[in-house]
Amino acid sequence: MLKATGVTKSFGEGASRMMALRGVDLAVDYGEMLYIVGPSGSGKTTLLSIISGILRPDSGQVFVKDQDIWALDNDTLAGFRLQTIGFVFQDYHLFPRLTTAENVAIPLILRRTPWAQSLEKARQTLSIVGLEKRESLPPYKLSGGEQQRVAIARAIISSPDLLIFDEPTASLDGDTGRKIVSFVKENILNPKRAIIIVTHDSRIYEYATRVVHMEDGHIVPAEGVADAH
Amino acid sequence: MNGLLRIALKLLLNDRGKFATLVIGITFSAFLMTQMTSMFSGILYQSAANIINVGAKMWVMDPAVETPQNSIPMPAYVLDAVRSIPGVKFAVPLYIGAGLVKLHDGTYQAATIIGIDDASLFGRPRMIAGHILDIYKNNAFIMVKDTNYAKLDDPKVGTTFEINDHRAVVVGLARTAVPGLFGLPTLYTTYSRATQDLPPTRYEISYILVEPKGRADILPIEAAVHRLGYLALTDQEFIARNDRFYEFKTGMGTNIMMMTLISFLVGLSIAGETFYMFILDNIEHFGALKAIGAKSGELIQMIVFQALVVGFLGFGFGVLLSAGLIALAKLQIPNYAAMVTYISLGLALVMVLIISMFSSYIGIRKVTRIDPFDVFRG
Ligand SMILES: Nc1ncnc2c1ncn2[C@@H]1O[C@H](COP(=O)(O)OP(=O)(O)OP(=O)(O)O)[C@@H](O)[C@H]1O
Ligand SMILES: [Mg+2]
Repeated sequence: MLKATGVTKSFGEGASRMMALRGVDLAVDYGEMLYIVGPSGSGKTTLLSIISGILRPDSGQVFVKDQDIWALDNDTLAGFRLQTIGFVFQDYHLFPRLTTAENVAIPLILRRTPWAQSLEKARQTLSIVGLEKRESLPPYKLSGGEQQRVAIARAIISSPDLLIFDEPTASLDGDTGRKIVSFVKENILNPKRAIIIVTHDSRIYEYATRVVHMEDGHIVPAEGVADAH
Repeated sequence: MNGLLRIALKLLLNDRGKFATLVIGITFSAFLMTQMTSMFSGILYQSAANIINVGAKMWVMDPAVETPQNSIPMPAYVLDAVRSIPGVKFAVPLYIGAGLVKLHDGTYQAATIIGIDDASLFGRPRMIAGHILDIYKNNAFIMVKDTNYAKLDDPKVGTTFEINDHRAVVVGLARTAVPGLFGLPTLYTTYSRATQDLPPTRYEISYILVEPKGRADILPIEAAVHRLGYLALTDQEFIARNDRFYEFKTGMGTNIMMMTLISFLVGLSIAGETFYMFILDNIEHFGALKAIGAKSGELIQMIVFQALVVGFLGFGFGVLLSAGLIALAKLQIPNYAAMVTYISLGLALVMVLIISMFSSYIGIRKVTRIDPFDVFRG
C-alpha cells in the first residue's frame, strides 16, 4: 500500500550540509506492522515524515495507495493525510484546553463532520481504547499511558489506511509500553491497514511483523535483530 | 457553528487568563476611545447650542465669524439687502450677546442674552411658564430653564434683577433643546430691548436669520450674500464651521485626537502581545493540526475568528462602560458635555477591528510558518 523509491533528504547548506537520507527504498503492505529501528540520527524520523506526507524529500517518490503524494499541492496533500493517515506523535500533542473526547474528534471535525456526530464517534473510539470514562477530562489529568491511548484513538477515529507512530513507548514504562503495543497489534492492526512504528525500544520488537534497520541514512540488512516472524 | 470555529472558541475561552487579558485590554482601549470622542462630540454639540436652539434654516454673518459664541455686528443695511435677495422668504435680525446680571445679594453673574426679532419673534424658545407675548412688556425677559438656570438664584415669573444696570423682570420660563457649553444662563428678550439695554456698538445685528423660499434657493442666497461681502450658511453648515473651529483652531481637537490615538496604541499593544502569547502557547498544537491534515486556510480562519471574538467583546464592553459612565456623570453633573455618537462608535469599532486584524496577522504569520516536521521531531 506504500512504496518509496530513491528517497533522499539533506539538511543545511554548504559546509554544514548533511545527508539525512541517502536513497531509501521501502515497501509496506496492508496488514503489516512494520518497525523502523536504528541508532539516533540515522534518519528514522526523517523517513517517517517523508512517507507520511509531512516533509518534502529532495528526490525520490512516495506512493501511498497508488497516489504519488509529493506530486500533490500542499492543500490537497493535507486533505490526503486527513483521509488516509493517522498520526501518533511522540509527545502526543493533545490540546490541554479541550476535553479528551474533543481531542479525539478533531480529525472528524477537520473533515467537516457535524459536531454532535464527531463527539459521538469520539466516545465510541475512546471506549475501544478503554477510556470511555475519561471523555470529559482534559488530557493532562490522564496518566502517560492513558494519554498515549487518547492519541491512538485520535489517530484511528477516521479509520485511516496507514497509521504512523513515532517512538510510541519512549515516555512510558516498559510494562505500559508493551501493553499498548500489544493492544495496537491485537485491536488496531487489521488486513486493510498498515502500521509503521519508529522505535528504539527493543522490549517491543516481538510485536512487529517486520523490522527494518536504518543506519546513516540507509536501510541496512538486519543483523542480530530478531525478526518476529 | 462550524466545528473548527467551535474548537477555536474553546481554545480561547478555556485559557481564562489570556482571554480575560485580551478582552479587558480591548475593553479598556475601546472605552477610552469612545470616551474621548464622545466627550468631544458633546463639546461640539453644546458649543453649537445657539444654532440648534434658535433653529433658523440659514444664518447670515460676518465672514470672520467662526463660532456662534462670537459674533461680529453687522450694519442695518445688510438686513435690507438680504431681504431683497430673490428666494428669501423672510429675514430677521438676531442679537446674541453677553449681559451682566446683578443678583439681589449684590453678586454678579454673566449671562447670554438673545434678542429675537420684535415683529415675528422668530427663534423663540418653547415656553413652560408665562406667555411668549409677555416678552413685549416693560423690561421683560424670558429665562431658559436649563442646567444653568440655578445660577440666577432660581428666578420665577415676577423675579426682578438688573441686567447691565437696567431693570429686568422675568415674565416667563422656557426650555431649549441644548444647554450651552460655557455654563452661562440664557435670557431671551426682544431684539430692540437687547440692543437698547446692552452695551451698544456702532452696529447692532449679530446675525440675520433667513428663511429661504425653498431648498433650491439656498445656493443662490449664499452667493448673493457673498456678493454683499458677508457669509450665509445653512444651520448645518454653520454647525460644521463651528466643529472645524474646535477641531482645528483650538488645542482641543488635537489633544483629543492624541489621547484617542494613545488609547488605540495601548489597546493594540496589550491585545497584540497577549494574542501573540496565546498563539505561542498553542503553536505546537496548531502544528499537530497541520500534520493531521488541517489546511493553512483553516488555521487562519480559526485565528481570525478568535481575534474577532475578543475584539467584538472588548468593543461591546468598552462602549457599555463608556455609555454607563457618561450617563452616571450626567446624573451628577447636569452640564457634563459628552454624547456617544455613531461617529464615536464607528471610529472605536474601526480601531478595534484594526487591533483584531493586527493581532491575527501576528498569529497567522506564526502559524503559517510552523513546519509540522518540527512537531514530529518533538
Ligand atoms: N531540520 C533539520 N535541520 C538540520 N538537520 C536535521 C533536521 N532534521 C533532522 N536533521 C538531521 O538529520 C539526521 C536524521 O535525523 P532524524 O531525526 O531523522 O534521526 P532519527 O533517526 O529519528 O534520530 P532519533 O532516534 O534520535 O530520533 C540527524 O543527523 C539530524 O540531526
Ligand atoms: Mg526520531
